[in-house]
Amino acid sequence: MSELLSGFATVLSPWNLLFAAIGVTVGTFVGVLPGIGPALTIALLLPITFSLDDPVGALIMFAGIYYGAMYGGSTTSILLNTPGESASVATSIEGYQMARRGRAHAALATAAIGSFVAGTISTVLLTLIARPVASLATSFRASDYFALAVLAMVCVTALVGSSVIRGLLSLSLGLFLGLIGIDSLTGQSRFTFGTLELLDGVGIVVVIVGLFAIGETLHVAARGDVPATVEPVRPTGGVLGWLSRDDWRRSWRPWLRGTAFGFPFGALPSGGAEIPTFLSYMYEKHRARGKGEFGKGAIEGVAGPEAANNAAFAGVLVPLLTLGIPTSATAAVLLAAFQIFNVQPGPQLFERSPDLVWALIASLYVGNVMLLVLNLPMIGLWVKVLQIPRPLLYAGILVFATLGVYAVSNSVVEVLIAYAIGVIGFFMRRYGFPLAPVILGVILGPLMEEQFRRALQIAGGDATVFVTRPLTVVLLSLAVVALVVPYLPGIVARSRGRRAGKLTFAEDD
Amino acid sequence: MRKTAATLVAGLMLGVAACGDTGGGSGDAVDYPTRTLQIMAPAGAGGGWDITARTIQKALKDGNLVTGSVEVSNVTGAAGTVGLAQLATKHKGDAHQLMITGLVMVGGVVTNKSAVDLTQTTPIATLTAEDEVIVVPASSPYQTLKDLVEAFKANPAGIKWGGGSAGGTDQILVGMLAKAAGIDPKQMNYIAYSGGGETKAGLLSGDLTAAVSGVGEFKDLVAGGQVRALAVSGAQGIDAGNGTPATTIKQAGYDVELQNWRGIVAPPGIKDGERAAIIALIDRLHESDAWKQAVTQQGWTDFYRSGDEAKAFYDSESARIRDVLVAAGVVA
Repeated sequence: MSELLSGFATVLSPWNLLFAAIGVTVGTFVGVLPGIGPALTIALLLPITFSLDDPVGALIMFAGIYYGAMYGGSTTSILLNTPGESASVATSIEGYQMARRGRAHAALATAAIGSFVAGTISTVLLTLIARPVASLATSFRASDYFALAVLAMVCVTALVGSSVIRGLLSLSLGLFLGLIGIDSLTGQSRFTFGTLELLDGVGIVVVIVGLFAIGETLHVAARGDVPATVEPVRPTGGVLGWLSRDDWRRSWRPWLRGTAFGFPFGALPSGGAEIPTFLSYMYEKHRARGKGEFGKGAIEGVAGPEAANNAAFAGVLVPLLTLGIPTSATAAVLLAAFQIFNVQPGPQLFERSPDLVWALIASLYVGNVMLLVLNLPMIGLWVKVLQIPRPLLYAGILVFATLGVYAVSNSVVEVLIAYAIGVIGFFMRRYGFPLAPVILGVILGPLMEEQFRRALQIAGGDATVFVTRPLTVVLLSLAVVALVVPYLPGIVARSRGRRAGKLTFAEDD
Repeated sequence: MRKTAATLVAGLMLGVAACGDTGGGSGDAVDYPTRTLQIMAPAGAGGGWDITARTIQKALKDGNLVTGSVEVSNVTGAAGTVGLAQLATKHKGDAHQLMITGLVMVGGVVTNKSAVDLTQTTPIATLTAEDEVIVVPASSPYQTLKDLVEAFKANPAGIKWGGGSAGGTDQILVGMLAKAAGIDPKQMNYIAYSGGGETKAGLLSGDLTAAVSGVGEFKDLVAGGQVRALAVSGAQGIDAGNGTPATTIKQAGYDVELQNWRGIVAPPGIKDGERAAIIALIDRLHESDAWKQAVTQQGWTDFYRSGDEAKAFYDSESARIRDVLVAAGVVA
């Protein structure tokens, strides 16, 4: 505890506060811009920090960027249905519906406060139980990861929506996109048609920018009948009035549950921030069953996923700081940053560089407060974005989306791929195909395939590996339960010729 | 003003070129660089090649080795072969476009069946190198590399080796070790992970028998006692984390030496004089305090060869790596 306090003492120096403020501000903006993510931003800033003697300031800034991007990522998802990061896709489903109904203030506020709550709780968890969580997380073997991926896939299959065929086609598209490139286990290329650019696969950023930013722009342009602007419901009172008493009541549990999903997944060496957002979304939807508000802007569907993606960040720091294992692209760049300053994250880090670690952790508490202070007042400003005439607004989105993809890859081919996916996204919207399953396919497909084959390779081709390891068996059994139970009523109802509850996420026109 | 400075630099380089280059550049030395010098890092920002490129950029400027500007660009993809293809086609003959390269690209060329290989570039120099390390979990029964290799010999498929991507440096090392120990490399059970971090997780979870990665990757776990370093892959034993130099693979009785080196190349089709001038510039970079300081700070090992020596090294390394990957069955 005294170490944490001395960490605070370090962070609260004017210079480090400045770094933290720069970090969270930059992070918020890169989160808002489609395509430009925290990994790229930190990587681009790395060389600038070469000349700093003290790594603490730079690392505080980088952590702020990561955090800020998680906060900012929700903004465009909610307002414009164009998530800039994969971890914000789940937020866009209900968030955009809220914005369309003039509830943008409430959606952004629950996202910001939920992020704060989740960020703070998970930082406390990081402070207190980093070591045990890390050793637990590294006990996951390939077969366990496969089982976990199956469980996650089963839990979120309901995202396919009311038309199972459409949903499965969307999922298949995602799985196919995930297959493109070099097979990581054998080094053979798949579906690359001899082009070098496809060897590394189609990046998730490219898919998201194409499907959401570009696809949405084409969709809006083609419809023509969209109201020029959405008149937001006037919030009553000041900043705190953006969330009504009812909103608070409905938000706080999803915040906590989202945190519970996000933190452990972030800590898993192959976890990440996306899967817990979808799990949280599905869980909230499941709980709200019958109220019929999901699909039309349920605040729980924003509060949960946004808490989950922020909690995942503190989770990501667990294996990074205690074992030097990066679990996301941004964590990998952070690891590079540590190494540049000759700090090797790992079991020795807490003993060897306690000042640095505790200052970094303290900066997370400070950064969270800064982000809340920065983001709540900005909500009013962001909502005004909706009053920009649509042609200008979407032209701007296209510009940033194109720039973002090009900045990541320096490759025109990637931009063309993003646009091709954008055209697909347009037709998917046009004909009522859900978009979220595509992202699921891209994220979960390769994870499942890779871990399945890796588990078999490790076991020497013996498939019993999936039924002999207790953790694997437990996870797979849960998957079976999750698969069967929620569908029993639906299956029964359908077999009697009635329609199951409406599960669509397609835009309701 | 600008012109005088450029002439002065060219003059200096002429002098260095005369003594630094051992007969490779027969052409007349030329003014170089006469415009913005472009250095391509054929991988994403933040990686080893990128940091090398940016370190060169900084050292060239800090040491006043060039008067004009130096720009770094990133071309990502396929172990650098996307960048390599660009260098050989789009930038052919352009002496102001340099590219960072390394062992990983040599392997990538083979596994990705790249149409362009490194021998088609104009090699300038090799710069730095990092040893590989072979580690086992602390609870492993294998105390020495010999123990591990004996078990490997007895049951080649029983040892689960883990490391970076298929066809990468780590697998190349295991392939070489197998060959040296008289085991058919095709029989090895090598499990590829997407990076050092995942490999670590795989070793700690008990999925792997042994893991291979760059020395830096496992240093902290070795120091913390979670894993044991059995051998390092360079010519001399270096500290793998526990404070004393680890044995080399050679010392353990297997004729294998491999380092993950990085270097710099120019496009094909440049003039001899230009080649000599670039070599001279990089020679001066290597001698500069700014570079030496950066190498120390990054924990790199100096691995400098330039001019004809570099060319010979690039050629022999390309041939050697191809042989290993073919023997290991990664490519036909």
